[in-house]
Amino acid sequence: MNALAFVLGIPLLGSLALAFTGHRPWARDVNVAFSFGTFVAACFLTAHTIAVGPETLWAQQFFIDPLNVFLVTLTAFVSLTTAIFSRPYMRVEQDHGKMTPPRMRLYHSMYQLFGFTMLLGFTTNNLGIIWVAMEAATLTTVLLVSVYRTSASLEAAWKYFILCGVGIAQALFGTILLYMAADKVLGAEHATLLWTSLNEVKGQLDPTIVTLAFVFLLIGYGTKVGLVPLHSWLPDAHAEGPTPVSAVLSGLLLNVAMYAVLRCKVLTDGALGTPMAGELMMGFGLLSVTVAAFFLSRQKDVKRMFSYSSIEHMGLITFAFGMGSPLANFAGLLHMTVHSLVKSAIFFTVGHATQKAGTQVMSEIRGLIKVNPTVGWGLMLGVMAILGMPPFGVFASEFLILTTAMREQPWAAPFLFLALGVAFASILARVLPMVFGDTTLKALAHPPALLPVFVHLVLALVLGLYIPPYLNGWYVQAASMLGG
Amino acid sequence: MTAMGVLSQLLALVTALLLAPLLTGWVNQWRHWLQNKSAPGVLQPYRMLHKLFKKESLVAEHASQLFRMAPYVKFGCMLLACAIIPTLSTDLPLSPAADAIALVGLFALARVFISLAAMDIGTAFGSLGARREMLVGFLAEPALLMVLFCASMITRSTSLTVIVETLANRELAIYPSLLLAGVAFTMVSLAENARVPVDNPDTHLELTMIHEALILEYSARHLALLEWAASLKLFAYSCIGLALFFPWGVAEAGTPLAMLLALPVLFFKLALGGMAMAFIEMVSAKMRIFRVPEFLGTAFLLAVIGLLVNVLLGVG
Amino acid sequence: MTAFAPQFINLFATLILLLSFAMISQRRIVSLINLFAIQGAALVAASFLLGYVTHQPDLYVSGALTLVLKVLFIPWMLHRLIRRLNVRWDVETLLNIPTTMLVGIGLVIFAFSLALPVSRLSDSIAGGSLGIALACVLLSFMMMITRSKAVPQVIGFLSMENGLIFAATTVTNGMPMIVEFGIALDVLVGVLILGVFMFQIREKFDSLDIHNLETLKDDQT
Repeated sequence: MNALAFVLGIPLLGSLALAFTGHRPWARDVNVAFSFGTFVAACFLTAHTIAVGPETLWAQQFFIDPLNVFLVTLTAFVSLTTAIFSRPYMRVEQDHGKMTPPRMRLYHSMYQLFGFTMLLGFTTNNLGIIWVAMEAATLTTVLLVSVYRTSASLEAAWKYFILCGVGIAQALFGTILLYMAADKVLGAEHATLLWTSLNEVKGQLDPTIVTLAFVFLLIGYGTKVGLVPLHSWLPDAHAEGPTPVSAVLSGLLLNVAMYAVLRCKVLTDGALGTPMAGELMMGFGLLSVTVAAFFLSRQKDVKRMFSYSSIEHMGLITFAFGMGSPLANFAGLLHMTVHSLVKSAIFFTVGHATQKAGTQVMSEIRGLIKVNPTVGWGLMLGVMAILGMPPFGVFASEFLILTTAMREQPWAAPFLFLALGVAFASILARVLPMVFGDTTLKALAHPPALLPVFVHLVLALVLGLYIPPYLNGWYVQAASMLGG
Repeated sequence: MTAMGVLSQLLALVTALLLAPLLTGWVNQWRHWLQNKSAPGVLQPYRMLHKLFKKESLVAEHASQLFRMAPYVKFGCMLLACAIIPTLSTDLPLSPAADAIALVGLFALARVFISLAAMDIGTAFGSLGARREMLVGFLAEPALLMVLFCASMITRSTSLTVIVETLANRELAIYPSLLLAGVAFTMVSLAENARVPVDNPDTHLELTMIHEALILEYSARHLALLEWAASLKLFAYSCIGLALFFPWGVAEAGTPLAMLLALPVLFFKLALGGMAMAFIEMVSAKMRIFRVPEFLGTAFLLAVIGLLVNVLLGVG
Repeated sequence: MTAFAPQFINLFATLILLLSFAMISQRRIVSLINLFAIQGAALVAASFLLGYVTHQPDLYVSGALTLVLKVLFIPWMLHRLIRRLNVRWDVETLLNIPTTMLVGIGLVIFAFSLALPVSRLSDSIAGGSLGIALACVLLSFMMMITRSKAVPQVIGFLSMENGLIFAATTVTNGMPMIVEFGIALDVLVGVLILGVFMFQIREKFDSLDIHNLETLKDDQT
């Protein structure tokens, strides 16, 4: 289908174009243009899929169904808004001397290429290509994280590469085992890694092999999701890169990894018939939520704190998908959406704040509301949203998750409440002084692009108050895809 | 206990006694040639034994009976070891006396006596050598045991004659565990026979000695017996290696003609083995003594992995 | 010949395991790279043999890919890199070598026990090697953790990929071609990026010791 060709082709083309021209002043606008083109193509693709239903394309190598098409649109949208945010942000960075022309070229072309790898990961039908796309996404973001070339960013990038490389190798082993299971059922000539084919025969896949495969896949892709105890690369990588990169890493890449885990979970549940996969996910999810909440309170760097918040929320999402009931799946999908929107919005405002203050240390940023009211209010609202205050969307999804937990897995509910409470207290305690209070900060040379922030927050608000019927139908369809 | 059996046993004994110094001389010859030095000739060990037997034995004043006994004990142990390893034939009436595990025990017995004798006089170098010998032995013995167990697992018996018979008669099979066991065995035999990289047999510096330090105080016939015992040990190890990893050509019970063929085959195999050992000695540098535990630890672990591979691949 | 193929494959598998152990206990970086190249060669031989026996040309392609990448190009690049970085001295390890070996043995036992039920289910003639392949992966993983210099970490990473490709080759007669190409591309780009990184780390810290890269902590201001 043509829309898919555009969805994948535009970022690829953009990456190539920006590799040569990324240092020009108009490159930032070109970046936004390419992202806009991708978003439009994604909208067309979504409309098509809603009309036609799930379909495979291009010799069955690509598969679009309601689950991944809305994630595709979300990704394209957040990439667009981040590109808009990145325009003035990177201009300031360039003025401060942190970015040289070659690095700007690298930054812009890797940004587009990263978008391409994520979209490829979502739309491919081949489990092996999902792996290749995840690894490629890791590689592009490694280059992005280290683009400032400071010692801290090099360290973060190195750790990121090595730890994620190791983790993802486990996922490759899991994929090999899945292929072996497919081999047994489908025979050597027809054996395939295509998800749709595997989905048809998932009841016949050998349970022993699939169990082992899922464990490796969960550990492997779980490393990229940021599940504790495989999370140690995440705070460094999210904190050390440029803020637009932190936004897309927290908002988008974690979703791709979660999506990969979900596809594998569907196969595993079909093959095993026992809730083992869900239980594993619940365990890891709960562990992540609890540990991240407690680590949150020790942070002094604002971006590190919010990256731990990302770990916490991804843990919550994993827990929700682990529970597996239709309502829980719905809540998980909703949470993925609002988390992407709100977290990236927070990173936008935080980015501006840190640029103004010249530092990422929270105790040195004060009185944002006096310097630039929009940034201050943006941060305040964003934090309220991510902490789960009504009427934002995060409240709705967290409420759903907690009530489903109380009903189906009552032993987990106390942990969740505790963790969410601790996180609430820690973040609020640190953000309030940042927003209010006295300050000597000055305004920046270029007006910040705060439109993306408020667009995201408004969307999150809307999703909290009212989910449009087609969106609702979308989620329900997607939730049922997950075997609810 | 047939006549053939007795004959083959005697033949094995005599071959071991006569060939062992030749093997040592061959290895030394090749070491010298590979290092581009001129060699003293393959018969040098015989000349040395002849010379030593004619000399008068000098023993320290306060040496105990143990000191005088130790060379005979070591020689006896090594001779028994050579007698039970199937070199020419698997029809060895003495073989029930000791299987693979007891074989390792024989070596240990010899080691204990010689170490005690070295400490008997009370010299510093004797104690030094004894302690080092025990260190090497303590680590090498488990490794050797594991290697032998690898082969035993495949052939389901710890008796050396049964191992050789089974391995020789199987259709050509490549056992991956024997690859690992082979590497481990090479490392262990280098250590036990006092070869580079563990111990330099040519050294005259007492602080670098392990084996030589043990025999510093001996002279004349005692020294001759000890040198002969060392040659027998090298011969025994080589024959164990051949029995485990290259068992073809050894005569079965009741085949006298095959025994005649077995002798040249043994010659050939030992010659190749000796050259290989000399080559390994040439390309290695002597390790510092604190690296020896690592070296032998690696050998032990390789042998254990060989056992595990056996389990994994469903052999034995 | 075909009858001996499973034995040869097992032999190659054991050789690869042996080389993994050798790499753990190796102190010199130049030997590390050479051992890695030999491991790649064993992998190529296993691929070719399996391809010949099962009449699957895909395995020839896969073997050729491994040959070009892991036996020729990457070792050449690594040699060049260490020459320019001047890092030919001995490698320090976080644990001493006997302890590393003991931990390695534990990992091998773990891998074997994990893979035993699965390898029995494999239809391929070389199914028993799954445990060995997993053991190689875990050993390389350990090598990455216990080394304190950058180059051995990279070699550990590449050796892990070797183990994985070996698992894929023996258990399922290779993966779909497109996946193999994708993986090879990823590995290649990964190594190139790591090479660039090493220069930058060297520039910043004047050394490739990983201990310099442990300064980012939670309560750092």
